[in-house]
Formats: sequence, structure tokens, C-alpha cells
Amino acid sequence: MSNAVSALQGAVAPGEVTVREGGLQGMITLRGDLSNAKLKSVCKAVTGATFPKMGKATMSGDNALAWMSPDEALILVPHADTADAIAKIDKALKGQHYLAENLSDARALIFVEGTYSREVMAKAAPVDLHPSTFQPGDFRRTRLGQVAAAFWMKDDDTFAIICFRSVADYTFKLLAAAAKGGAVGHF
Amino acid sequence: MLTLNCPYCGKDADETDLHGEGEAHLKRHGPGSSDDEFHDYLFQRQNPKGVHFERWRHIYGCGKFFHAARCTATLQVFGTYSAQTLEPPQAIKDTITAARPGWSWGDFS
Repeated sequence: MSNAVSALQGAVAPGEVTVREGGLQGMITLRGDLSNAKLKSVCKAVTGATFPKMGKATMSGDNALAWMSPDEALILVPHADTADAIAKIDKALKGQHYLAENLSDARALIFVEGTYSREVMAKAAPVDLHPSTFQPGDFRRTRLGQVAAAFWMKDDDTFAIICFRSVADYTFKLLAAAAKGGAVGHF
Repeated sequence: MLTLNCPYCGKDADETDLHGEGEAHLKRHGPGSSDDEFHDYLFQRQNPKGVHFERWRHIYGCGKFFHAARCTATLQVFGTYSAQTLEPPQAIKDTITAARPGWSWGDFS
């Protein structure tokens, strides 16, 4: 197998709010009936996280489960474990109507870390990110600047962002520029 | 700026998160229909000033199509609802009646 490298190879834009590429991350798109008990239990088995409710993401260490749409979930596992996780899903859902696909290398993971990371994100996304409406555990698919992205909060000061690999450089520079611009003081 | 609540993922989506998909509740006329019916199905659209029903797609979000009822003159949104329906739910109709008594749109009122 070829030597896998992440889109930006761990690029970092340091500052009061740091923008950092997350490196290799295993990502599996799972489409199917999300109310299916077998589907929920295998998702829990491969990540250790409980199955998320609508619009939420759940985490267990660096693993995560995210609710993408009424029939789609995103599974985050270590990059090296992706094939094993898909094999487990295939085994558990054998004979059912579903799709589990390894999209790890089609996407990029970026972190925005720091005290005003909320404001950095709010500059780029048409989403109400006020602390009263967006908290760790909430998950949102939307656009950042001009490209599609999804993000959630790992903790009070850290956002994790997923975008397509082809626009990773744009997304990284957009967020780095927003971070460099400083805090707005709105939240 | 229009903000619609997506009934499939529950998020308030800004107009830039969405894609307009034209008029809602079109009745399809396919094989076996007359030329006039097919022509109207393809080309004939309502263009009301006031209450209107539209299809939208949450294109940057969950990717689902949904329906929205709104006023084209004031941009007031009466509500959004599932696309898996042939007519607006009664709750949406009641909301419109409260705001625009005597409204009608296509076969609905």
C-alpha cells in the first residue's frame, strides 16, 4: 500500500488562536437506517462512543460519531484501524441495505484552538455560534467561506473541522486569516 | 436574508446554506397525459405576490429537499415541512390563515 499522507501534512498557523491540521484521520461514511439497533451497536463497538442524536456528535477519546443527515453517520477512528472497522460493520450489517465507505483520504481534518476560536469560526460560517446555542457535542454541516465543511466542538476552546481534501488548503488559510484578524469581542 | 429551519436536521439554515428548487407540490404528468398537461407540468409556474410554497434543498447541510411556506412580498416564513407529502400540513395552513386570512394557492386555501 502507498504511504498515506494528510492533505497539509500537519501544517500549523500558531497564534492566540492556533489553526492546526489534524494529520491522518480515519473517516468512514455509513449510510443506512440510523434507527437500526444493529447499526447503532456496531457504531458504538468500533468507536466506543454512544450513538449521537440528530445534529449531535459524540466522542470517545480521539474517536467520534457524528450525525450527518437522517440516513448518514460519520465514524472517526484511527487511520490505521479504518479497514478493521469497516470489516466489523460489514459483518454486523450483512444482508441489510447500507453503505460503509472509507473516505479518510478524501477529506482533511483541521483544528482551531484558543480562547476566541468561537469567533474565528463565526467569521467564516453562517451559523449562530453563541454559547447558548452551540456547545461541545453539537455538530453542524454548513459552509466555511466558499466551501462545504462540517464542524463540532471538542471542548470549550477547540473546534474540529472536516472538509474535502481538495479544499483543505483554502479552508486552512481562511481560518488562519480569521484567527490572525483577532477577537471581535461579540461572544 | 431568508433563514429556514430544515425539518430533516433541525438546524436554522441561512439562505447561503440552501438551494432554491422551485415550486412545491407540482403534480407530475407523464406518459399518457395530454400535451397541454405535460406542457403545464414542465413550464407553467405560479408567481404569486403573497403566500407561496417552495421546495428548498439543504445543500451545504444534510442534503435533503424540504418544503417551505412563505410570503414573497414580506419574506415572512410561515413554516417548513417534510417533502414526503402531497399537501401542506394543517398546522402550516392554520399559521398562514392567521397571518393572511382568505389566502389561496393552487388547490390549497
